[in-house]
Amino acid sequence: MSLISELLIISVGAILVQNFVLVQFLGICPFLGVSKKVETATGMGFAVIFVMACASAITWAVQQLLDLFGIGYLQTIAFILVIAVLVQFVEMFLQKTIPSLYSSLGIYLPLITTNCAVLGVAIQNITKYAGADYSFLKSVVYGTTAGIGFTLAIVLFAGVRERLESSDIPEFLKGMPITLITASLLSIAFMGFSGLSF
Amino acid sequence: MKKTLLNGILKENPTFVLFLGMCPTLAVTTAAINGVGMGLSTAAVLICSNVFISLLRKFIPDKVRIAAYVVVIASFVTVVEMLMKAYVPALSESLGLYIPLIVVNCIILGRAEAFASKNGILKSAVDGLGMGLGFTGALTIIGSIRELLGAGSLFGIELFGESFQPMTIMILPPGAFLTLGLIVMVINIISARKKKGASKIVVD
Repeated sequence: MSLISELLIISVGAILVQNFVLVQFLGICPFLGVSKKVETATGMGFAVIFVMACASAITWAVQQLLDLFGIGYLQTIAFILVIAVLVQFVEMFLQKTIPSLYSSLGIYLPLITTNCAVLGVAIQNITKYAGADYSFLKSVVYGTTAGIGFTLAIVLFAGVRERLESSDIPEFLKGMPITLITASLLSIAFMGFSGLSF
Repeated sequence: MKKTLLNGILKENPTFVLFLGMCPTLAVTTAAINGVGMGLSTAAVLICSNVFISLLRKFIPDKVRIAAYVVVIASFVTVVEMLMKAYVPALSESLGLYIPLIVVNCIILGRAEAFASKNGILKSAVDGLGMGLGFTGALTIIGSIRELLGAGSLFGIELFGESFQPMTIMILPPGAFLTLGLIVMVINIISARKKKGASKIVVD
């Protein structure tokens, strides 16, 4: 199999078949928290794509270093520190260059640190692609496309929730219950992709 | 002290009331035993990190406190991860990725920030125990419902015999959202009944 088709399979898998939010349950907190408006959901999505792509690249290098010294078990601690620093850096960068996006993301930017999708993708990269050919390239592609999958899910969900605002919902279902049931329906829709196997 | 303990189990239940730590709640609860395992390992990390952060609360500078908390939590998670791999390899296998992800469970960081950094060691330990038990209880309930409906068994014991048609959707991802949504609905109904008339709804 050529490298291009392998990367394509990784991408389709990460965006649709194994969608991070709706199938693997990674990054549920921002998915439920930041999905009230399509605009903020989109902003959050793009910030997550960027952080996940960078985190995949850097944690790959960190893992090589850890392996070199034979301290692979420190993985979790090392990765979370890398991600925290990275998010801090993205925050400073956005504040300087695109202040409008920075202020619209507000509190959610630092919260990307505790988005389990980011740490999740870093750990999955190590377990999936360790020792594989082009493991660096595959890790970065997986990280980026997983971020795209996250964005797709959160933007779709925000669209549904905007409509829910104005609809008549039974009293007991208002708030969290209807949100979760909507997510369940969206998840059923994404399960349709599970037939896509290569 | 008793109030602190019950606070986490009922009044401020991390899952059903505060909606914290949703990722493991939804992901691992395909069976009741997974819910118990995940809940207890999170509780262990929570108690240890609460005690440790409470011990260090006068030494950690305010500006770098979040980073310091994360390092403390990550260390305990690594310990728990290694212990589980050694002693309960089957459970460790089925929880998989979600064990290292305890690091980013908002309950733990949330309690460190909101409780352990302001209270004494014993009180923090009790708070961790209460919250941990509340989380374990919630996960066990969700896991039991999903396993019962989706596989017709409870803690791996077949309950319904041959003729039972399992609702497979319940142990698939959509079932997780659905179960939690319906449980919260029931809680809403009960709390509304209690208040009689003045219906208080749990809003996110």
